Amino acid sequence: MPATQAIIVPAYLLLEDGTFLKGKAFGAKGTSGGELCFNTGMTGYQEVFTDPSYTGQTLIMNTVYIGNYGVKAEDVESDSVKVKGVICKNISHRYSRMTADDSLENYFVKNNIVAIYDVDTRALVQHVRNKGAMNCIISTEISDPALLKAELAKVPSMDGLELSSVISTKEPYTFGNPDASMRIAVMDFGVKRHILQCMADRGAYLKVFPAKTSYATVKEFQPHGVFISNGPGDPASMDYAVNTVREAVEDNKPLFGICLGHQLLARANDIPTFKMHHGHRGLNHPVKNLITGRSEITTQNHGFGVVPEAAQNSDKVEVTHINLNDGSIEGIRMKNRPAFSVQYHPESTPGPHDSRYLFDDFIALIKKENNLN
Amino acid sequence: MPLDTSIKTVLIIGSGPIIIGQACEFDYSGSQAARSLREEGIKVVLINSNPATVMTDSIVADKVYLLPLNVESIEKILKENDIDAVLPTMGGQTALNLAMEAEEIGLWNEYNVRLIGVDTKAIDKAEDREKFRLWMIEMGIPVAPARIANSLLEGKEFAQEIGIPLVIRPSFTLGGTGGGLVFHKEDLDAALEKGLTASPIHEVLVEKAVMGWKEFELELLRDAADNVAIICTVENFDPMGIHTGDSITVAPAMTLSDTAFQLMRNTAIRMMRALGNFAGGCNVQFALNPETEEIIVVEINPRVSRSSALASKATGYPIAKIAAKLAVGYNLDELKNQITQTTSAYFEPALDYVIVKMPRWNFDKFKGADDTLGFQMKSVGEVMAIGRTFPEALQKACQSLENNATGLSFISAQRMKPEELLESIKRPTWDRIFKIKEAIAAGISIKTLREITHIDRWFLYQIQDIVTLENKLKEIKHLDKIPADLMRDAKQMGFSDEQIAEFVKDCTAEEVYEYRKKLGITRVYKMVDTCSAEFEAKTPYFYSTFL
Repeated sequence: MPATQAIIVPAYLLLEDGTFLKGKAFGAKGTSGGELCFNTGMTGYQEVFTDPSYTGQTLIMNTVYIGNYGVKAEDVESDSVKVKGVICKNISHRYSRMTADDSLENYFVKNNIVAIYDVDTRALVQHVRNKGAMNCIISTEISDPALLKAELAKVPSMDGLELSSVISTKEPYTFGNPDASMRIAVMDFGVKRHILQCMADRGAYLKVFPAKTSYATVKEFQPHGVFISNGPGDPASMDYAVNTVREAVEDNKPLFGICLGHQLLARANDIPTFKMHHGHRGLNHPVKNLITGRSEITTQNHGFGVVPEAAQNSDKVEVTHINLNDGSIEGIRMKNRPAFSVQYHPESTPGPHDSRYLFDDFIALIKKENNLN
Repeated sequence: MPLDTSIKTVLIIGSGPIIIGQACEFDYSGSQAARSLREEGIKVVLINSNPATVMTDSIVADKVYLLPLNVESIEKILKENDIDAVLPTMGGQTALNLAMEAEEIGLWNEYNVRLIGVDTKAIDKAEDREKFRLWMIEMGIPVAPARIANSLLEGKEFAQEIGIPLVIRPSFTLGGTGGGLVFHKEDLDAALEKGLTASPIHEVLVEKAVMGWKEFELELLRDAADNVAIICTVENFDPMGIHTGDSITVAPAMTLSDTAFQLMRNTAIRMMRALGNFAGGCNVQFALNPETEEIIVVEINPRVSRSSALASKATGYPIAKIAAKLAVGYNLDELKNQITQTTSAYFEPALDYVIVKMPRWNFDKFKGADDTLGFQMKSVGEVMAIGRTFPEALQKACQSLENNATGLSFISAQRMKPEELLESIKRPTWDRIFKIKEAIAAGISIKTLREITHIDRWFLYQIQDIVTLENKLKEIKHLDKIPADLMRDAKQMGFSDEQIAEFVKDCTAEEVYEYRKKLGITRVYKMVDTCSAEFEAKTPYFYSTFL
């Protein structure tokens, strides 16, 4: 989209399969590579860009504009932009939201994010849909595809990649009201801020632990429940986390997992995970709750999934939620332990709030198991 | 729940004559519904007094009655046919009113006919302004402050409380007779007097006019299991104070943050669930204060409406077709997305393009009519354009109006001086957007225009981008001097070859076409597929754009 910017700087995009595109640069100048994926949401770009689960990924925004309403300090899921790069059709250099703090472009400059616009995002999405997830690189400095290819080769493959311990908090911290009667231990594999908010709003005092904290240390907090967070990377590379989940489950702690946390609960029950062809990322994925019969529109962001046959045939868990589009496993609960998880994002920032009842369910489960009022 | 097999024959009520404010959109929804029901093996009987419609073609319904839309006709049909259910939500207000009238005299009961896709209590609650207002207050959902006044003194007291500007709405008058807007304190007495006199029961509603707030519409579908999906969010380019039917509208919403949008979505769903028990389409309108982002509910329509037709075209999601299936028992999660045919119909369409709807007025045919736009709809039709940028969609819409606009340029607007333009823009009229563009070209600031019109700055910036590009083209003066990048930008912003020829002045539109073809700047076609290319589409439709 033609911009009113004074100087237009070109930017280049190279995909692993050799696809090479020229567009326009916005944000920081530089070169940045990541796993190429797309998000179909039409609102909430700032929340998406700051979501730790997007660590290591370069995101195509399917929606036709981003930046229209600027950026605002509260609309974040972590303290920095987590995507490696952004690809979009149009960027609004000027925004209109009266309560906004800054433009998206300045925000990207400050966060050192390289982005490209004025490329045919729709064709690119179809390409990913057909060819599957692959790495890519955006550059404002290197226009030669051969040189760019050498840089792209340095980008690690998402398959087998462990990222949680890199982005997890380094020190434990607390969240919510310390006088609350209910304590939840949060295993931080890349937790979104609004997940913490959803639990704190329901009267829980949280302590957030670094990814590799031992369960023995976690127990010192005397938690009434354990939360297994979302996060980036391949769950198959996270045996340490699977062990923590197993220990919490064996300890009979009420446990709730979201996204990566769901995959970890599955693995703790010997249900394998796999890398999906191109994942689910957006705000409009329909999920059916098999327990209540009701359906919900969900926020999703995952490139790995739980193997459906293994989940369906497991004698330890039952499938509670399925995806109405492709039948993939969206939720499980353990048959003889107070533990459950969902593949999607009930905190839904951004996205529809249909699934926030799951936090109520978790709180109710904690109260029941701990005889709290 | 799957298809209700006890429903074998359905009566669909049409919307009657085409009038200003109610046009062919109900023909579209009625036809879609008829086809949708027949797909299920249900026999469709249709009544409409207007033969100039698609729905009355013999191929749309099994049996068509061209009869006046009154209870006598309904009774005749019920006598002659074994009707199991009536679907009154496809024919606008006219059909709903007739269904309610038949309900009141017990006609449906007498012939053992079920009303489907609607809840009569819901209609009552939604359509009666005062009942609606009280219901909202009961639910804790903000509405514009208002009070019922029965005397001048009371009216003045409430006006004092609420503050100016105000809308005075007399009770029980037809078409808003005697109502009006009060912008200045000194006009209050006269407006109250006028309203009170016009009302047969000497009663007016004194309501806060939320002039200048942004206006949004959500199109929803809800099934009998209480699953709700937002099919489309439409943003009005024109702020509150201009009838939606007379507003330029845009989809998806362009200036809404996720937090503001989710607040609307949650509120709309709460309202729909509290409204009653019905399966079908619904529309909720909101106003948003751009300074605080607080919202108020303007109204709810528990039926397929003018905007559902637009939302269907804009998203590719056939609202009326699915609403008809919901009315005969299906749930959303049991149906397939009609475009992909593989994914679920229970989802919220994602758009990777911009839709602009522009109304078309015909004031030249109504000599002496007041062409100021306001609470009453005056347009006679509308165009919808699709683009990959807002300027492209906007200019395409202008080019489709079938008047002498070649884009966002209009001859009459260009003849005005800046002060005349500014004065003229204060009053919303059909050609205001063209004047805004001329005002920007004349150097009037976005800040000033925003203060006068309350149009969101984002839209004004877009128009400014159009002006900037137009100026660049005008400076070049020779077609063959236009660089490829600029030509590409111009086409991406929806400039027609004719416009470009007007700007550079030394060529014809055909020559512009030949020149850009040589540069490799030609149309490509993209899909409307409901899902932003996430899934493969089996029955999409296409629009043209430039890469």
